Amino acid sequence: MTAAVALHIASPTRSASTDEPVVVRWLLIALALSFLTLFLFVPLATVFYEALRKGVGVYFNALQEEDALSAIRLTLIAAAISVPANLVFGVAAAWAIAKFEFRGKSLLITLIDLPFAVSPVISGLIYVLLFGAQGWFGPWLQAHDIRIIFAVPGIVLATTFVTFPFVARELIPLMQAQGSDDEEAAVILGASGWQTLWRVTLPNVKWGLLYGVILCNARAMGEFGAVSVVSGHIRGMTNTMPLHVEILYNEYNFAAAFAVASVLALLALVTLAAKTFVEWHFGHENRTNIQEQET
Amino acid sequence: MSLLRQHLLTRHSVLPGFGLALGYTLLYLGLIVLIPLSATFFRTATMGWPAFWDAVTTPRVLASLRLTFGASLIAASINAVFGLLVAWVLVRYSFIGKRLVDAFVDLPFALPTAVAGIALTALYAGNGFIGSRLEPYGIKVAFTPLGITVALTFIGLPFVVRTVQPVLEDLEVELEEAAACLGANRLQTFQRVILPAIAPALLTGFTLALARAIGEYGSVVFIAGNMPMISEIAPLLIITKLEQYDYAGATAIAVVMLVISFALLLAINILQWWSSRRTRKAV
Repeated sequence: MTAAVALHIASPTRSASTDEPVVVRWLLIALALSFLTLFLFVPLATVFYEALRKGVGVYFNALQEEDALSAIRLTLIAAAISVPANLVFGVAAAWAIAKFEFRGKSLLITLIDLPFAVSPVISGLIYVLLFGAQGWFGPWLQAHDIRIIFAVPGIVLATTFVTFPFVARELIPLMQAQGSDDEEAAVILGASGWQTLWRVTLPNVKWGLLYGVILCNARAMGEFGAVSVVSGHIRGMTNTMPLHVEILYNEYNFAAAFAVASVLALLALVTLAAKTFVEWHFGHENRTNIQEQET
Repeated sequence: MSLLRQHLLTRHSVLPGFGLALGYTLLYLGLIVLIPLSATFFRTATMGWPAFWDAVTTPRVLASLRLTFGASLIAASINAVFGLLVAWVLVRYSFIGKRLVDAFVDLPFALPTAVAGIALTALYAGNGFIGSRLEPYGIKVAFTPLGITVALTFIGLPFVVRTVQPVLEDLEVELEEAAACLGANRLQTFQRVILPAIAPALLTGFTLALARAIGEYGSVVFIAGNMPMISEIAPLLIITKLEQYDYAGATAIAVVMLVISFALLLAINILQWWSSRRTRKAV
């Protein structure tokens, strides 16, 4: 293994004057890989090790428990609402920003990114201030017997907030780079706006769209801080998977906590695999597009 | 709808749907983000300045803010050094498993923070795989500020790598060859040619990691120990105050953190503008 690594670390395109001595190269690679091992691979392995330490039986029991199943269900519901909502928004925002020149555009782009700059805890807090018992709409909601905070709608809202920019920020630069020539040709040939969107724009950006949706979904299913503030932690009712992990962990039920955590870790691995796959396709397609333009 | 078109468009376009797309964007942005966010500022405005000042200058709040910023600064600095190293190794050298390692750099983005939190706690606790090896030397990581720094380093890891990597890839070999021809050794070339070229990207990555670390909650609460004045971060204090129905106190801390976050966001935008101007000049 080590000998094979040694054979491969030479970078063939560089001459000796712009490359480091082999020993330095070796040291840098070893240092970088040690850092990544310590901070990435060992923690990830710990999740699966701790989950399976008490045996496969305990593992599957923890996942089939009533509260765990309802947590999985709620996580899926929250993602199933927030991801499509942010997808539609992302397409609308990208259409307005990439296809038209208007005043205040750069301000709008900054505002779309805003949720990324806000602490997850504050993302939950803002909805408590609006819809909580002491909030602006609190008394009105109570009078009409509508529950948002400590109920499913609050969880969906908080999830939507923290995943708000994902699709838009993937689509905006991509659609800006592609320009509007295809769409203008379609419109001049008599296509309606919706036809242009469905048959020209969306097929052009499908990989970027998928990329944004994958990242959006991973965050939606894994969000902890924002959801924790608005959930109220009612077992079997308002617990998502990450919150269920916290409850089990705080009850010292480590095997079960890590079992549920391992499902989320698997989701993260699937996300990484899908992301890498899309990047590969995406890069490939972009290269061929550029080649087509050059010829 | 055509009103939007008349008043905002600065260039005519044959494409339809501007009014609908922009109208929907603004409506959704307003309902989900802007109105709820402004609620925090209105809430503090009704508190009055003296009450706000008292709420954010209690020793416990100040200690939590100091800890949050201190730990975040250290974690972002660690990430700046090692992120640059990882980006360098991934761009410049080839080794077995490089593509896999490259894909795994994004793990902290994909792994839910609570999962990272309990995994790091299990590792660094006194009986954990790493914690038990550090214990004999008197180093305690879990349930101390050091543990918080470890968690923040984990979640900020991809930022520097992902901002520096593309810039390093686009760097022209000719520059380094010229430096070598003029008699510079590798270290001098790195310091005087490569580092200035990647500085804006490095600084952007550092600021992104810092901004993320300041707001981080999920990965920290498990490993922190959460003792007031010692290992209690500001986001946790917001939750504690909410649980005690001290909405005003929670909102006051939130406003301080929001102002700092927005300042960092502004800094990131300026940095990106600076670096894009530099690259355009170079071309």
